Amino acid sequence: MNDKSQKPARPERELKSMTRRELLKLTPVLVVGALTLPAFNEGLLKTGLSWTDRAAQSFFNPGRLAQTFNEHELTPIEQFPINSYSDYNPENDLESWSLIVEGMVERPGQYTLDQIKSLPKQTQNVKHICIEGWDVIGNFAGARLSDFLQMVGADPAARFVEVACLDDYYSSYDIESCLHPQTLLCWEMYGQPLTSEHGAPLRLHMPTKLGYKSAKYIYSIKVSNVLGKEKGFWEDQGYSWYGGI
Amino acid sequence: MATTKSGLTIDTIDFEDDGVRQTLAQEHTWLVRFTHWLNAISLVVMTMSGLQIYMAFPSFGAKIPQENFVQIPEAMRLGGWLGGALQWHLTFAWIFTLTGVAYVLYLMVSGKWRKVILRPQEFSGVWPMVRHYFLFKPKPDQLEPYNPLQKLAYTSTIIFGVVAVVTGLLLFQPTQFALPVKLLGGFAMIRVYHFAAMVGFLSFIPGHLLMVALHGWSNFYSMLTGWKREPEYLVKD
Repeated sequence: MNDKSQKPARPERELKSMTRRELLKLTPVLVVGALTLPAFNEGLLKTGLSWTDRAAQSFFNPGRLAQTFNEHELTPIEQFPINSYSDYNPENDLESWSLIVEGMVERPGQYTLDQIKSLPKQTQNVKHICIEGWDVIGNFAGARLSDFLQMVGADPAARFVEVACLDDYYSSYDIESCLHPQTLLCWEMYGQPLTSEHGAPLRLHMPTKLGYKSAKYIYSIKVSNVLGKEKGFWEDQGYSWYGGI
Repeated sequence: MATTKSGLTIDTIDFEDDGVRQTLAQEHTWLVRFTHWLNAISLVVMTMSGLQIYMAFPSFGAKIPQENFVQIPEAMRLGGWLGGALQWHLTFAWIFTLTGVAYVLYLMVSGKWRKVILRPQEFSGVWPMVRHYFLFKPKPDQLEPYNPLQKLAYTSTIIFGVVAVVTGLLLFQPTQFALPVKLLGGFAMIRVYHFAAMVGFLSFIPGHLLMVALHGWSNFYSMLTGWKREPEYLVKD
């Protein structure tokens, strides 16, 4: 028997007032919840997103490769979407372009496209997945970012890489993702030099991250240990910083 | 403790009301009530933010050429834009998942799943309830807290929940879980399943609310307080 059955009998009136009291107990909770939510949701959502980023980070495995595809599975280049946030045309800057390298590296300075192209070339057919909800399979070629970081003598203790782009786009990354063997400093798509829509002369491509992390038109790379306040064009507006898929 | 007409045991409190003996049956323990309401809130948030996310690419086909499937009115969306909606969605995904897992584990461990999950031998009881609700036929005997049609509905929501969480995880980490994504037909197909789980929930909610309203407030009270007075399904001793 339930021990509550030992309690003295109660008239129905008392029972009704009990349920009403139970209801009343809930009201403040609901009201407080409703009132605080707008003020409180910013912190709540920040926490939620950082939990999610941490979860994505724990799913990431530096040695696990993203799936690769055959030629016939490629999305035709005409159907490879071009999501740029501006109508930037890099042609004027191409002549004088070089990649600025700074921060925690042994050999900072300016690197020409030919120097980058002297690194082993890697070609891969991988998925490009957009935060909007579409995915395509593209052909990308370039140098592994890890090889380039080795070439410039990046400090093994560094934790982040920040990039800046000619169209004023910018982003930043955890070093583990930058060292992933499929993270490319990409200068070719579908066997052709990058067109201006796709980020000429040099873009990043990271099949382990959402598309907005594959920055186009990059002109500077900074290796660092601490991230500044500006973490990325979209990231500063509310997208996930990690962006890992 | 009392027994339902179908043979389940239920905690009860007896008391005298003007000389008449009355029984209060415990329909929902605190864990069930807590997870029910928290899950209900997160379901609303997940649906509305999900619809906002969907509007960033309201199609299940190719990006080029893009054929929009459906436009969602702004009043049904939450988050303002894709980034804001994703923050809501990825935050309440935790609450939705944790309350769902806690509830299902509790059902399994406590044995109370018998009250909620529709078993094969109960399938035959679904049709008479449908006839009662939709064709105004006589109501079959209420043998326990939930009739077979209710059990079908509640069992379905658990399935929708599992589909929503699993496909959500695959959409969140499609590269790390490339194999299951491939086996289930690819990223775009998983968006379809994820959307379908939401449609499942949306088809459950109106019926659920209508039934609560039609059957009086004793069901609503019992989800708040846990107790129901003199339920018809108990065996009288």
